Amino acid sequence: MAIEWYLVLSALLFATGVAGVLIRRSPLVILLCLELMLNASTLALIAFSRMHGTEDGHIYAIVVMVVAACEVVVGLGLIVAMYKRRIPIDVDEARRLEG
Amino acid sequence: MVEVAFFAGAIGALASAIAVVVLKNPFFSVLALILHLVSMAGLFLLLHAEFVAAAQVVVYAGAVMVLYVFVTAYVGNVDEPLADHIRGQRPLAILFAAALFIEISVAILGTGLKALGQEGPVVDPGFGTPEAIGELFLDRFLLVFELASILLLVAAVGAILLAGRRDKRSDRAAGQGPAAATADDPSVANAGGDR
Repeated sequence: MAIEWYLVLSALLFATGVAGVLIRRSPLVILLCLELMLNASTLALIAFSRMHGTEDGHIYAIVVMVVAACEVVVGLGLIVAMYKRRIPIDVDEARRLEG
Repeated sequence: MVEVAFFAGAIGALASAIAVVVLKNPFFSVLALILHLVSMAGLFLLLHAEFVAAAQVVVYAGAVMVLYVFVTAYVGNVDEPLADHIRGQRPLAILFAAALFIEISVAILGTGLKALGQEGPVVDPGFGTPEAIGELFLDRFLLVFELASILLLVAAVGAILLAGRRDKRSDRAAGQGPAAATADDPSVANAGGDR
């Protein structure tokens, strides 16, 4: 398969993730859509790595995976903290920052 | 053969991505995302990225998604309100995403990349194996490797601070506060420790 198929697929998946972040209101699903966007970028990085014939893109992809794992841990921690303080699990309701 | 595998993976990834966005129940969204990650791992295999594909399935579709399932079960299924705060948010969002897709596609296909339309160079059998990745990580990308481990440590400590703190106000507000806090602590601590 030619490389541009992978790149266009990655653009399509990224746009799907953007649409999800903009449409959905639950922070859990917004985190899932962020995962979609990060994975689309991983696919593009690996396609470029294949294009150049070097493994540098794989390193970037693994680092993106690490960042995604950190983002998930912190994001889910925030959601659990919201739930414990009985703040509604809705991004439009959480407009006030407080320690 | 490669074409069939590519289109199977692409259709699977795209359909499950749309399912993540469209499904009402967050639990089903998480399950659709697991399907998406496995399809993406198949595409990585087609691009000769064996190690990344294995890491994707084991770390991502395994460990991270288990964390999602736990939190979704803990928080419970929250019904999303139907009314939008901004009028016409959904059509505008879909329009914006379509415009973004067209823009990125034009940017990709309009570049003068010589490799567009080709399959990429022929690679030796050791391409993308754990040996090659490990050598790169400990040689050229050592600083990146160390920074990533520091980032993971900070995220683990941050998650324990955020979710595991006993909150005096919520403890007083409801009798089940302390019980909920202790029930939650091990899962979050494990999530940090796994990585």
